[in-house]
Amino acid sequence: MDIATEAKPETIELRGRKVVAGRAEGEALVTTETISGWGGINERTGTVIERRHEMRGVSFAGKILVFPGAKGSSGWSAYFHMTRLNGVQPAAMIFTRMTTKIALGAVVTRVPAITELDQDPLSVIETGDWVVVDADAGTVTVTKKSLR
Amino acid sequence: MNLTDHEKAMYDGEHGRAKARAMDLLVRYGEALGAERLVETNNVAGAFNASTPSVQAIAEKGMEHVYSELNLDSDEVVEIPHMVAHTCQLITGIDNDNWELQGVDRSLVDMQRANEKYLGRRGVNMFATCTPYQVGNVPVKGEHCAWMESSAVIYCNSVLGARTNVEGKESTGAAALTGRIPYWGFHITENRRGTHLVELDIEVDDMMDWGLLGYYIGEVIGEEIPVLKGTGRQPDLIKLKHFGAAAASSGGVEMYHIPGITPEADSIEEAFGGRQVKGTFRYGAKERRETYEKLQSSTERKVDFIMLGCPHNSIDQMALIAHMLENRKIHSDVQLWVHTPRAIKQVAERNGYIDVIRDAGGVVMSDTCPAISRRLPAGTKVIATDSAKQAHYLPAITGVQGWFGSVSDCVDAALTGQWNGRV
Repeated sequence: MDIATEAKPETIELRGRKVVAGRAEGEALVTTETISGWGGINERTGTVIERRHEMRGVSFAGKILVFPGAKGSSGWSAYFHMTRLNGVQPAAMIFTRMTTKIALGAVVTRVPAITELDQDPLSVIETGDWVVVDADAGTVTVTKKSLR
Repeated sequence: MNLTDHEKAMYDGEHGRAKARAMDLLVRYGEALGAERLVETNNVAGAFNASTPSVQAIAEKGMEHVYSELNLDSDEVVEIPHMVAHTCQLITGIDNDNWELQGVDRSLVDMQRANEKYLGRRGVNMFATCTPYQVGNVPVKGEHCAWMESSAVIYCNSVLGARTNVEGKESTGAAALTGRIPYWGFHITENRRGTHLVELDIEVDDMMDWGLLGYYIGEVIGEEIPVLKGTGRQPDLIKLKHFGAAAASSGGVEMYHIPGITPEADSIEEAFGGRQVKGTFRYGAKERRETYEKLQSSTERKVDFIMLGCPHNSIDQMALIAHMLENRKIHSDVQLWVHTPRAIKQVAERNGYIDVIRDAGGVVMSDTCPAISRRLPAGTKVIATDSAKQAHYLPAITGVQGWFGSVSDCVDAALTGQWNGRV
């Protein structure tokens, strides 16, 4: 079924390119700052630990993680891989900047992932919005938290 | 993705299950990137070894479980054949000799050694360093590589002119078994041109200066490709090793050009290759001072632990530290660990540098570093380091406070127990 046809008027739909297949929904966690994997997150809790990061101390476990992408060490994929093995991975990833770190990281985290969206997800989506990611259909459907 | 006949055969399992699982990962990864094909590589630097508590539960089932799950992202456990590409192990979590000082459990040491034996027989060369280019893996210009370790990747692309993206544990695991990696990013000539100009208003001279410049550039440029103008004196391996590591820590810089110095550009024009300059940054005394301040995460001047050698020290850095410590003793409240690749440690031993450092009360570590191992001397609260990369990561990973400065600031702190560094 096409998500677009069942979207309610108060939802916003973004269209993009599938990175990892699958469908997931959940609460959005949005940061305009890139995230480090190794040295930037605690893989046992799914928490950002980088010293000057705006999301320091916040866990992305089970959240729809909306962020520019990856930075830092090449341990990015291995650390997000470990979040999956530890059950604290995000529910899905929406990102704007394609790199090998984020591509491989999304693949091994095995969560739906999407990029190249037709609107900027970092300004359209806010933390707390309800987001449905259908990577196969290439859609991101956002219900604003004010309407939830 | 378009696969060659040989790649299709590997994908279909005609060359065994391990290569089939490796190809499956490479195809999923390549499609995620939007790559059209793979490229042949015969130079892989990855993280294969098992040395952390989180790997222990998997390793107990057998080393093929570790490789299958962590190096191939495969739920199916496959027998691991000999690597087809020249492959080396990067830095590990345990110093095979100084593990007791690190506070490592004997069972983890046994696991690392058993794992090294398993991998060694299959052709993973145990360099055990973040700087394979210092100990024999020096790819030539244009060579397609599959390297991990952001500080090694930026060195490989920029200083050597070889071609690699920042690969990961799983993609290097797959590349080593197949001799393939997605043809994307820095493998493609057009993607290697400069994007931004960084004009220097001050001369960049010593290693600390290069570290600061790198950290600044990473912060302002993120993942773009800087072209440096006005660096002044000729840099060497040590300075560019530090510069790149810093730029890859504060940002995601994987390639830069210093026209006339780095191999892919003799001029600013050639560095940009006809591309539009997306932006220009100026680096002067103000930026240098601000960057220095950002790297300090301590307010306590009494230091417990001095970390030198990130990225792993060259033999010349070992000689310098030995010279500074000659006939001196470090402060009784301070621990000093100096990190260098095992192969270089052997030379340093022969030269007598290790004896000098040891007599002063320091320890020479190989195979690992505190950020990778997450292990510091017991009770460490305040560290000092000459590495912008370590100053960036160690406080975040281990919760300590950190000072950053020159190697002489750090040696002074080791001798006095006090941080007296300043910009």
